[in-house]
Amino acid sequence: MEEVVLVRYGEIGLKGRNRAFFVRRLEENLRRALEGLEGVVVENRFDRLVVRPASSPQEVVERIRRTFGVVSVSPALRTSVALESIERAAEEAMARALMGKSGATFRVSVHRTNPRFPMRSMDLERHLGSLLQARFPGLVARMKDPEIELAVEVREEAYVYTEVWPGWGGLPVGTGGRAVGLLSGGIDSPVALWMMARRGMEIEPVHFHAFPFTSERSKEKVVAIVEHLRPWTGQDGLHVVPFAEVQRAIAASVSEPLWTLVMRRMMMRVCERIAHRIGARALVTGESLGQVASQTVEALHVIEAVTQLPVLRPLIGLDKQEIVRRAQEIGTYELSVLPYEDCCTLFVPRHPRTRPTLDEVEQAEAQLPVEALVAQAVEQTEVVRSKETVTA
Amino acid sequence: MNRIYLDHSATTRPLPEAVEAVVHALTGPWGNPSSLHRMGIEAERLLYEARAHIAAPLGVDPAEILFTSGGTEANNLALWGAVLDRPNPHVVTTAIEHSSVLEVARRMRDRGVRVDIAPVDREGFVRLDALREVVRPDTAVVSVMLVNNEVGTLQPLEEVVRILDEVEARSGRRPLLHVDAVQAFLKVEVRPRTQRFDLVTLSGHKVGGPKGIGALYVRRGVRLAPLLVGGDQQRGLRPGTENVPGAAGFGAAVQAQHRTWPQTSERMRALRDLLRDLLADIPELVPNTPAHCTAPHILNVTLRGVRGEVLVHRLEQEGVFVSTGSACHSRKARPSHVLLAMGRTEEEAMSSIRVSLGAETTEEEVRTAAQAIHRAVEELRAVPARR
Repeated sequence: MEEVVLVRYGEIGLKGRNRAFFVRRLEENLRRALEGLEGVVVENRFDRLVVRPASSPQEVVERIRRTFGVVSVSPALRTSVALESIERAAEEAMARALMGKSGATFRVSVHRTNPRFPMRSMDLERHLGSLLQARFPGLVARMKDPEIELAVEVREEAYVYTEVWPGWGGLPVGTGGRAVGLLSGGIDSPVALWMMARRGMEIEPVHFHAFPFTSERSKEKVVAIVEHLRPWTGQDGLHVVPFAEVQRAIAASVSEPLWTLVMRRMMMRVCERIAHRIGARALVTGESLGQVASQTVEALHVIEAVTQLPVLRPLIGLDKQEIVRRAQEIGTYELSVLPYEDCCTLFVPRHPRTRPTLDEVEQAEAQLPVEALVAQAVEQTEVVRSKETVTA
Repeated sequence: MNRIYLDHSATTRPLPEAVEAVVHALTGPWGNPSSLHRMGIEAERLLYEARAHIAAPLGVDPAEILFTSGGTEANNLALWGAVLDRPNPHVVTTAIEHSSVLEVARRMRDRGVRVDIAPVDREGFVRLDALREVVRPDTAVVSVMLVNNEVGTLQPLEEVVRILDEVEARSGRRPLLHVDAVQAFLKVEVRPRTQRFDLVTLSGHKVGGPKGIGALYVRRGVRLAPLLVGGDQQRGLRPGTENVPGAAGFGAAVQAQHRTWPQTSERMRALRDLLRDLLADIPELVPNTPAHCTAPHILNVTLRGVRGEVLVHRLEQEGVFVSTGSACHSRKARPSHVLLAMGRTEEEAMSSIRVSLGAETTEEEVRTAAQAIHRAVEELRAVPARR
């Protein structure tokens, strides 16, 4: 009898011939997620992955649950398919589930895929049920909504467990290609990046830092958000683009109502350049239709016009309340609302243009040395990790 | 890049003497000062010496010095301690106190304590006429800071004492006088006995000591209610095993400056005045620190059209470290309550910086910083951003 963690994946099982590719990726991601925990082994068993934790199964379960592609997780006891071994595992699992309580309602459910096992599922259920009742007199059998459901899966080996923890679903990160994600540190963009990572995208976050108009602390806050998302995204680097020069240049040569639009276009240009450099094929933003002046459909059209890459906006149809709820659920909300001053408000026009045309914005950029500014910003971009800084 | 640190009102570099005393307390006599045995007595001796060092420039008895976790706790203890065991108390303070006094006053008010907050004039001095009107025989405590931490004004404590004298002469009852001297200690005279202060707040890290240690002078005979309970250390007024390393570091820092601070202070004042002169020709500069009755180390100015926060970061790029107001609330874009109380507009308050000098500040540093401020202001004003 040994302790294992059963890892179930759903959607990726359906992907026909790609299946092996998805599962291999999930396996790799699990290995990475479990890095640093000693002696952990990941095994690939037909339609399950099985993790053997050497110690602290709780930590292992938590890390696995946050790996996208995982539908659910169960800490389980694994035994050979000998009846006595299964009996002993069932007793042990029940003892743990009772946690010292004398009684509970319960049910045994058996799932058998091993045709060589001599008992039928229903017979094994009855057998284990009466065995457990004999051993734990306080147990009362109940088929509907029991407090404890003891599950037995009889495969090449048998797995016995009482708990099923949901994962976050989605697809393994890395199976959905690579994108550049714009991360501002506000509430929306971390959620947008998280949502695309859940669809299997590997996302390189990019942050625009307008020091001295924004503080060093606001950058640290974004690094903290990247770090917080890491269990899901597997991503620990943040591309920090110095943006003060661009802000100044825009304010100096573009008419005020168009500042934000031109700024967003400059961000897209820089991101596209970074995307080409790192082999990314899309941009991800936290824009949500109508939330602010630069998020009208006319504005989005003008902003998007500068890039050939698809701009993915997973929040586009969500209400603010839904976004906030998701941010709270994944824990980025508290980081996002930290009150470090963002002097970028200095460059927010008093009366922003909400229905811009491409022509007027292109004309407004005529005086702006676009190419030089973009090249310089990309050139000076640094990759920051939570503890160290390296030049990209 | 050389760092020019001009944010000494936020904190100061720990003096070597202080560092050495902290290390000594952690590695030498590290016992619990309450222990009966010799190791306890050795640790207790460190505490006593620290009290004596701090008491010396104040001219008070070491037994009147109570260690706290810092200025904030000392202010809380002084105010709550004077009020807690009294029926229907009344409290008076001013609009420019540190938030550890003002927030306490607001909380007291929320809990039904009668509180009056005296306004200040445009130069940042408490309005004595207003103060005289609100101090009464049943006032439990009057709290007025000696030096304001944001603009450096030296408050007219002598006049405040005179108001208390008048109340006492009329009614035979005298409110306690609490003085927050965190920014004043070792910069200007603080002599509680001659100046007739009952409670005085001090902080270690503003005078070259470590952070996490402060003190409250409690005049013998003044009864305060403790905020913390659970032990009889420090006369039961501040129970808990004493922070011996902190106290020793604080004491050593004070001892190191006991004789020299008046000259240091004079030198700082000359440099501060030099800085003011060097900045005077910046267009649309409005000094918030008045020309008279100020501490020697603080200069606060409004620079119209430049956000203080942005200027701080711009100067940081040149290795010059200043602040927008007191560090405690400069993380948030909130105009300083002190400048607002002095009648500045929100716009003016958001466009100000505080430069604060230290004992180690040199003339060269002041000249370099002044040039950096000139350049940064000119450059930032050229950015056609919203203001």
